[in-house]
Amino acid sequence: MSRWQVVVAIRLKAEILDPAGQAVGHVLQQMGFDTIAQVRLGRLVDLEVEAEDREQAVAVAAEAARRLLANPVLEVFAVTEAREVGGHR
Amino acid sequence: MKAAVVTFPGSNCDEDTVIALERLGVEPVRRWYKDTDLGGAEWVILPGGFSYGDYLRSGALAARAPIMDAVEQLVARDQLHVLGICNGFQILCERGLLPGALRANRDGKFRCTWEGVRVASAPSAWPGFQVGQSFRLPIAHREGAFTVSEQELDRLFQEGTVFLQYCDREGRVVDEAANPNGSMGAVAGLARGRVMGLMPHPERAVSQFLGSEDGLEFLRLWLQGR
Repeated sequence: MSRWQVVVAIRLKAEILDPAGQAVGHVLQQMGFDTIAQVRLGRLVDLEVEAEDREQAVAVAAEAARRLLANPVLEVFAVTEAREVGGHR
Repeated sequence: MKAAVVTFPGSNCDEDTVIALERLGVEPVRRWYKDTDLGGAEWVILPGGFSYGDYLRSGALAARAPIMDAVEQLVARDQLHVLGICNGFQILCERGLLPGALRANRDGKFRCTWEGVRVASAPSAWPGFQVGQSFRLPIAHREGAFTVSEQELDRLFQEGTVFLQYCDREGRVVDEAANPNGSMGAVAGLARGRVMGLMPHPERAVSQFLGSEDGLEFLRLWLQGR
């Protein structure tokens, strides 16, 4: 077993209204960022996973996202990164 | 009749719900979220509040609490009438006991207002509710906009799962004018089988000095479920 740092990125589906993202977008506009056309807020979850290999670490993270971290009605998720951080035991 | 009120960490309407039931002559048992059974209750209310501080998503963490395993098992055996109020409704959706999800309100604000709701479809398990009957009840939430796919919404209306819709003072469902949070289909509550959930708070409308007694009538009809 080794330890893996796995990142799960969770985003609202494109069709879901994001009032918080809109508010951030408005403030960016006020600050002069007039080239930023849209802001959508999501969530990053950093997991540390004990796993045999990268594939297993990613699979565990995806299962956690399916069962709890993301709500399939509103959100989509992707495992964006998995790197080994701990040695073999 | 044995009714239970569940307290999750962060519930804040459990006490009001107990008092409302007592006014109706029901002495509820109190259950804690870590309990693994409902103490023999055949009626349960999941109250409003901010379970787990709304961490991750409203209701998401409470939906996985041990007491919810017991609720799900009894629902599967048709041995339990369930009412989820506000955060309780969010918990039921997160658990998959009711369809859809509650996302952030259209205007991004916490809405704390009195709203009209109208019975859109009479739930088979609760014969006391009549289509067109309306109630004036308070809402208090930031994530109350009911959301499903368009296709699923049509299906929910067709199969009679859409129990309550927001309405104006004349009882009309007017999507923009009477929908406080941007709910699809102006949905304020659902009922499927013996599981009911709604965003408004009937337990906060149980006497005239609170502004309305409609909530008492609502809970009385809920307790008449079969």
